[in-house]
Amino acid sequence: MMVSLQRTLWGALMSNQFPLTVTITGIREETPTVRSFSFDSPFEFDPGQFLMVWVPGVDEIPMALSSADSITVQKVGDATAGLFNLKIGDKIAVRGPFGNGFFKGERMLAIAGGVGAAPLLPLALADRVMTFLLGARTETELLFVDQLDECTDLQIATDDGSLGVQGFVTVLLDDLNLGAYDKVVVCGPELMMRTVLGKVAEIGIEHRSEFALQRYMKCGIGLCGSCCIDPSGLRVCRDGPVLSGDLLIKSEFGQYMRDASGRKKTI
Amino acid sequence: MVTIRPGPVNAGGIQIANHLLLAAGVLGTTGASLTRMLSYGAGAVVTKSIGPLPKDGHVGPCLAVLDDGFLNAMGLPNPSKEFVEELSVLKGKPVIASIYGGSPEEFAMVAEWFKGSVAGIELNLSCPHAEGYGSAIGSDPSLVEACTRAVTKLGMPTWVKLTPNVTDITEIGKAAEKGGADALVAINTVKAMRISTGLGRPVLGNRSGGLSGKAIFPISVRCVYELYETCKIPIIGCGGISSADNAIEIMMAGAVAVEIGSAVYSDVRIFETIAKTLYSDDGIPSKDIVGCAHE
Repeated sequence: MMVSLQRTLWGALMSNQFPLTVTITGIREETPTVRSFSFDSPFEFDPGQFLMVWVPGVDEIPMALSSADSITVQKVGDATAGLFNLKIGDKIAVRGPFGNGFFKGERMLAIAGGVGAAPLLPLALADRVMTFLLGARTETELLFVDQLDECTDLQIATDDGSLGVQGFVTVLLDDLNLGAYDKVVVCGPELMMRTVLGKVAEIGIEHRSEFALQRYMKCGIGLCGSCCIDPSGLRVCRDGPVLSGDLLIKSEFGQYMRDASGRKKTI
Repeated sequence: MVTIRPGPVNAGGIQIANHLLLAAGVLGTTGASLTRMLSYGAGAVVTKSIGPLPKDGHVGPCLAVLDDGFLNAMGLPNPSKEFVEELSVLKGKPVIASIYGGSPEEFAMVAEWFKGSVAGIELNLSCPHAEGYGSAIGSDPSLVEACTRAVTKLGMPTWVKLTPNVTDITEIGKAAEKGGADALVAINTVKAMRISTGLGRPVLGNRSGGLSGKAIFPISVRCVYELYETCKIPIIGCGGISSADNAIEIMMAGAVAVEIGSAVYSDVRIFETIAKTLYSDDGIPSKDIVGCAHE
C-alpha cells in the first residue's frame, strides 16, 4: 500500500484502496424513495465517512455509511437507479471508507434533512446525540424515526405538516437553546444547511458546528480536485466531507457547486 | 545525500520559483486548489487539461489505488473556456495551462483563450485514455509537430507533454522540438489495466487507463535520459517523483525541473516536504546536476 494505514479521528483505519467486492445481503425499503443496502463485509468507520460505491456497468458514486455494513440511498440518478435494480446476492465493489468523520461531542445536536439522516444515524446509535431534529418533505419520507426515537430526543418537521411541526427542519431551531450543545452536526440539502450555519453564526458558535458536504467526486482520495470548494481549495473527499462551520461561512457553501465538467452551477 | 542550491529556475521560457511543479490533472480543476498548491510551496502549477468543449469525463470508477501507484481514467473532464475565469484569482502567478485538442486548429483556439492569463502552455499530447485526443495524436510525429507549431506561433512559452506509450519517445520529442516547443515534459501516464477478480471486469469505467506513481518512475528516468541525448530543448521530468532523491535522479538524467502529481496523495504539502531535503545553501548548483549521468 502506498500509504501506511492512517488512523482517523475516531480511530478507524483507512483501507480498501482497491475495489473490494461485496455481496448485497439485505435491502430495506426505508421510504418510497430511499433504500438501505447492507453487504457481507463490515467496515471500521467513523460516522460521516463514505464509500465509493461501484455499480458494475453503471458508475461509481460516493455514499455515506449508515452503519458498519450498510449505505442508505435515495434514487436520484443513473448510479442510484442502478443500485435500486440490484437484488440480494448481487455483487458490487467499494473503495473506502474515505474522508473524515464528525468530531466527537458529548452533548450533540444533530440536524438532518431527508436522506441526510444516513450519516447521522450511527452517531445517534452511539449515544452521542442529545437532540435530533429530523425533517422531510412528508411523513412517509422521514428516515429512521423508530430507531432515532429510542436513542435521542427526536423532534420532527415535515414540509406539509403530515407529522410534527409544519415547515423546514430549521424551524425547530427557534425553540432550542443552541448554546446548550457542544456540537451541532448537520447533513441534508445544502440550502437547509446554509440556514443552520446562519443561525449558529448569529450566536457565534459556528466553530462548534459541522456540516457534511456533498460535491461531485471522481477519485475520492484527494487527488483529482473535482470536489474542491472555493475559496479555500479544501477537498471535500479528503479534507471533508465534514467541514467546520467557520471554514464555510465565507465560501461557495449554499451558493454554488461544480458539475462533472467543473462548471459552476447555482444551488 | 546530494542537495542543490535553492533559487529560481528558468525552464523553457518560464520563470519558476523552485524546481518543483504541480503536474497536470492533480488538484488543478479550480483556481482555489491551484492557489492552495502554490501556497504549499509549488514553484509553479499546471492546470487540469482544458479542451475545446466542456466534458464530463468517463463514468466511474475513475481511479484505483495500487500497491505502488495509481490507475486512472478521468476522461479529460473540463469546463472548457469557462476555466479561464477560474484563473482570475491567480493573476501574475506561475500558472501553466494544460490544453488538449483533436487537431492543430483546436489546440491553437484553446491556447489563444489563455493569452495574457498564464505564464505558458503545456500541450497534452499524451493522455492515454481519451479517444481522438492525447496520445492518439501524441504518438504521430507529424501531428505532434503540427499541433506544436500551431501553438508556438501564438508567442507563449510552449511545453509539450509526451506519452511513453510509443516505441521511440525521442521521435516524438524531436517532432515537438521541430514544431518550436520551448520544453518537453516527460512523461504522462503509462497505459495500463487491472481487473477486479471479484466482479470479473476491469476496475476502471473506461476499462484501461494510465498508471502513475512510484511504479513508473524508472520509465520516466529512462525517457528523460533518452530525450536528453537527442533533443536540445529543456526537459521537465514527470512521472512517479515522490522524494528529493527522485528529483535529483531525474535531473541527473537530464531534467531541469520536475512535475509532481500522484505524490500529493500521501502528502498534500509534498512540495514543502521535498524542498526541505532537496535544497541547502551549500548545495551543488543545479546546472551541474542536470544531465550529469550522461558524462
